[in-house]
Amino acid sequence: MNDALDVALRLLIVFVVFLTFPLIVGQTEHKVMAHMQGRLGPMYAGGFHGWAQLVADGVKFAQKEDVVPAGADRRIFQLAPAVALLPYLLVLLAIPIGPGEGAVGEVIDAGVFFVLAVMGVGVLGSLMAGWASANKFSLLGGLRTAAQLLAYELPMLLTAASVAMAAGTVSLPGIVDAFEWWWLPWQIVGAIVFFVAGLAELQRPPFDMPVADSEIIFGAYTEYTGLRFALFLLAEYAGIIVLCGLTTVLFLGGWHGPWGADGLGWVWTLLKTAVLAFVVIWLRVTYPRLREDQLQKLSWTLLVPLSLAQIALTGIVKVVIQ
Amino acid sequence: MSLASLPLTVAAPETHGFLSPTGVEIAFLLVGLVTFGAALITVTTRQLVHAALWLVVTLGGLAVEYLLLTAEFIAWVQVLIYVGSVVVLLLFGLMLTKAPIGRSPDADSGNRWAALTVAVASAAALVWVVVDAFRTTWIDLDGPAAGSTEATGASLFQNWVLPFEALSVLLLAALVGAIVLSRKAKAESASPPVNSRAVSGGSPSVPDSRNHPIRRKEPVTGTRATTGSGSTTGTGSTPGTASTPGTASTTSAGTAPGAGSATGAESAAGAKPATAAESAEQEGAR
Repeated sequence: MNDALDVALRLLIVFVVFLTFPLIVGQTEHKVMAHMQGRLGPMYAGGFHGWAQLVADGVKFAQKEDVVPAGADRRIFQLAPAVALLPYLLVLLAIPIGPGEGAVGEVIDAGVFFVLAVMGVGVLGSLMAGWASANKFSLLGGLRTAAQLLAYELPMLLTAASVAMAAGTVSLPGIVDAFEWWWLPWQIVGAIVFFVAGLAELQRPPFDMPVADSEIIFGAYTEYTGLRFALFLLAEYAGIIVLCGLTTVLFLGGWHGPWGADGLGWVWTLLKTAVLAFVVIWLRVTYPRLREDQLQKLSWTLLVPLSLAQIALTGIVKVVIQ
Repeated sequence: MSLASLPLTVAAPETHGFLSPTGVEIAFLLVGLVTFGAALITVTTRQLVHAALWLVVTLGGLAVEYLLLTAEFIAWVQVLIYVGSVVVLLLFGLMLTKAPIGRSPDADSGNRWAALTVAVASAAALVWVVVDAFRTTWIDLDGPAAGSTEATGASLFQNWVLPFEALSVLLLAALVGAIVLSRKAKAESASPPVNSRAVSGGSPSVPDSRNHPIRRKEPVTGTRATTGSGSTTGTGSTPGTASTPGTASTTSAGTAPGAGSATGAESAAGAKPATAAESAEQEGAR
């Protein structure tokens, strides 16, 4: 009974995090982008600096009519948002925020492989949406999504493998346990490649050609309205949380901080994740969108060689220090 | 332990019989049935993209079976490689070439009886070999996981190094072969064949999916030439075949409003240097 209660409580906490954190990131994005552009951003909803803007947006989305185009493949069209969103919920289960058994939804033996595998499944949602909409802009968006995923999955995997080599384990808590401060300069190339490839996999600017509004309206999500559209947006922001959390855990030492990890380890994890999320927003405001061929070139001619070099470096250092 | 097997760990009986199955065995059978059903639908459905999506269910079901056998590492790699990459590649290929919504009347091949024979024969061979090899082997699901990452790695790199390396060489050969093939195709694409299907018209629901401008450069230059003012010189300078896809794409632009501008934007976004040089030549000729 106690075990069941424990499992239920963990699932509930992860679910609450899954529902609130993306909204916090979204609200931060509204405000940060506004201030970087000399605006104020939302100011009215909820009273204090427009804190309830995204809640109001959610109510608005829920009221809209749920339209399925006449020529669309109904079932796949309706299934796609769930396929895009659920993987991120599963990934959140496996990300540890503090030391010990208590601070992770579920300890998974091959955690690195689990999170990367399940994150890759989420892209199927965009592909299904792009195909099932019976709209050529949607189809183009789906094509670009697929091409982007194929290009960026490899550097992400290779850099994650580099960290796993350094730690000697593929379990996420195990990797953070083995972390030392000098891993930061040792794995810095891998960290940057991982983060950039993750951004591309999430289709965040400057890698947002699949939803490039000036070219193909909104890519695979063009035909979506109401709640299903909101679910796709929620998937994007949940993806930001997952990517920043993973980069923190794999490369930035998770709950390790300058003054030890006693008691306040989870604060360090959340702080690092928040700083990375800020960087994601910052990049969106700073960089223009890459072109499709520039994107492919960046992956195959820069990120893949860099991640291979990182693996070689990791291997050499690992052999030398043993 | 893994998520899926968490509520299913029931104490295994001392003697293994088929009449008193444990919870894990029942779950294994049920998931197996679902996987088998999804596999059947994959090969029998007449909707191409649905087949690819049922393949996702099939491969995911296999991953769950691995999980139930405590082979966690293999399960996640199965999801990562097959669901995350192979199926995405498959869908990409389908969308790029031919992905109509609804039934494809030409989805069935005339060779299906030969294919069925080969499939049944290879399945029978596999089942026979596996049953013969593991006849009385039982996995103790309560003990330390027999398929954990550590156990898999140790077994792979101690007992099975030679097959592993042989497979690596095979993959390397495939990689080199793919590069050689693509380079050859590039050299031949100086005179591209007419896309006959583009003339006969694509599926009505996805209007322009067959003569898609991303892959072929001829329709793009053709559109440019016909939309420009001096169209006769532009079309004349390209090889004779180019005029056909050009007209095809202009007619589709007429049926679906805004399609022409989309092709134009697409060519501007994804045009390779070679295409740009070609169109520059045309401008010069004009």
